[in-house]
Amino acid sequence: MKFLLRLLCIWFTKITIFFCKLLGHNGTNLAGKIVVRVYPKILTDLSRQVREKIIVVCGTNGKTTTNNVIDKLLTDKGNKVVCNRLGANMTEGAIVAFIRETNWLGKLDADFACLEVDEGYAQKLFCYFEPDFLIINNLFRDQLDRYGEIDLTIGMLDNGVNKLSKTTLVLNADDPLCTRFAKKHSLKTVFYGINQNLSISLNDIKESPFCPICGAELSYDYYHYSQLGNYHCSKCAFKRPQTDYGADQISFNKGLSFCVNEQPITFHYRGVYNIYNVLAAYAVIDQCGLTTDDINDILATYQPQIGRMEEFSFPQKKVVLNMGKNPAGFNQGISTVALDTSKKDVILSINDYIQDGTDVSWLWDVDFETLNENTLHVSTCGLRRLDLLLRLKYANFSSISTEESMKDAIRKALESDSEIVYILANYSATFTTHDILKEMQKEVQ
Amino acid sequence: MNYHITIGHLYPDLLNLYGDKGNIAALQKRLEWRNISVEIKEFCVNDTIDFSALDLVFLGGGSDREQQIVCNKLSEQKAELKEYIESDGVLMAVCGGYQILGKYYQVQNETVDGLGLLDFYTENKSERLMGKVVIQSGLFDDYIVGFENHGSRTYTNHLPLGMVKHGNGNNGEDHMEGVIYKNTIGTYLHGPLLPANPKLTDWLLTKSLERKYGQDAPKLTPLDDTDEDAARNYIVKNYLK
Repeated sequence: MKFLLRLLCIWFTKITIFFCKLLGHNGTNLAGKIVVRVYPKILTDLSRQVREKIIVVCGTNGKTTTNNVIDKLLTDKGNKVVCNRLGANMTEGAIVAFIRETNWLGKLDADFACLEVDEGYAQKLFCYFEPDFLIINNLFRDQLDRYGEIDLTIGMLDNGVNKLSKTTLVLNADDPLCTRFAKKHSLKTVFYGINQNLSISLNDIKESPFCPICGAELSYDYYHYSQLGNYHCSKCAFKRPQTDYGADQISFNKGLSFCVNEQPITFHYRGVYNIYNVLAAYAVIDQCGLTTDDINDILATYQPQIGRMEEFSFPQKKVVLNMGKNPAGFNQGISTVALDTSKKDVILSINDYIQDGTDVSWLWDVDFETLNENTLHVSTCGLRRLDLLLRLKYANFSSISTEESMKDAIRKALESDSEIVYILANYSATFTTHDILKEMQKEVQ
Repeated sequence: MNYHITIGHLYPDLLNLYGDKGNIAALQKRLEWRNISVEIKEFCVNDTIDFSALDLVFLGGGSDREQQIVCNKLSEQKAELKEYIESDGVLMAVCGGYQILGKYYQVQNETVDGLGLLDFYTENKSERLMGKVVIQSGLFDDYIVGFENHGSRTYTNHLPLGMVKHGNGNNGEDHMEGVIYKNTIGTYLHGPLLPANPKLTDWLLTKSLERKYGQDAPKLTPLDDTDEDAARNYIVKNYLK
């Protein structure tokens, strides 16, 4: 009976995906949602068939990049991998990822599974399978209207981790909200982090700088960004743990380079957050007992997902698109843009659809002021472009405006005296902007 | 005459959810744009607050744990805060900061004593009230818009800040949002509230100036609020049908 049900779910999903492809849209969510209702235990059936390890990536920011880097490292080594590459990170996304690698007889063909999982959904997914490795990369304020507060997110992730018994936790040592999971749960743990002071200054929100063990205030020797840095409790013994995978000799010249346990690593995408993303992937690969000697060759051909400092060439100048879904993500984008000292135009775009978060108050937690230098003009787009404009009114830019059409905003920026255009957008705005840029590139050719 | 306003920002290290920074920025800038000098005094948990030196007090929102720390701390200075409120001191409290001013509130299923400074109480329900809010206040003609996100239900005997035209407000039952008592305003509305609702901001500033300077208080000169009105009207237009 169960076998039949499983087969039916697999066939149904495969057929739905096939027809959705024919009709030109991505139907994974629809099929997955129905299977979740009918037979969620299919996750148990299929995950059992994974030959080697199952890896889960959690963390507010960088899930997709970290997970896709792991996928690429595993795949390029010749493994078959289950992966939710496009970032569908709730229960249905995981189910569809498994079914994609399953044949019509219900047999999964995979050496590894690496899945990014929404922090709120870990408690649901871990009812059906237990990963060998769980990465928790960072915890920031994200889409407050969905989960209320960051404490609620941590609580939900706690519920998930409580269900685990054999998993190895792979935690970001620099984030006290992550390392608390080692103290609270008695699972095997490895830590990764940045072992030097990068001396970055950013006027951003420091999330809950309190000791997760005794509640006293945490003291910091230095911050990297948000609450990430070198911390210790002012009262009890809680402090940043020793790293098993520590990055040092960090340089941002020509992308990103650093050393981990004396192995040099280069990655052609900037941003401090990418150090963590690559470190987490490195740690997991090493923990799986696989070689890391080939990591630079594999990273060299890594293609990021849509809107991760994605570059578009135009005859006049380059346009760079970056996604930021919350204050921490947006601030990281901004500080990466600020590293570029050329004259620039900036376009900001914010929507407030459900998947974006319908509350935009976090715009006031973003340090737009950092963009002031070398920025000729800022224009605002998206459904909440008027709230953005009001926010910018308080940020002392020399020239701001709002545009109903993203295409017009891009056109004007391309014709200006700037050398480069940066577009910072939230979730749904990134995808529509990506399509507009592709279309405009075609028009030029 | 040179006018000066001192704003007390209570516990920004703990209560800093939902862009509360923006509320402080609106108060500060709207004074500066009118050439009235302003000082923001930030108080941390270990500071003792001299309320008599403040012309306006802002208390933001935080998570359950942080709200509890703040409530314990403020209960040590309850008498001073009561004196401030009763003597027409201007106070704006949002969400978690609003709840602690009442008789009691609930965290999960536990009832916690509030400061008891205002006549209302707050109970918990599992379903969160969340989304855009439009209210009509008796203070001025313009609608007030904001965003609410609370599991609690507040029931008050004071006048509300406004009547709910869209959204839930205090409890989703009696169509009231927030409270207003003398010059104290409590509200569930984030947004942040003050940048997009300049009339409310100016009401708070006017009351502060009147309390401090009496008959010599300056009249606030009109500002160009085109951007503020546009942002607010977008919500009114789309959610008030």
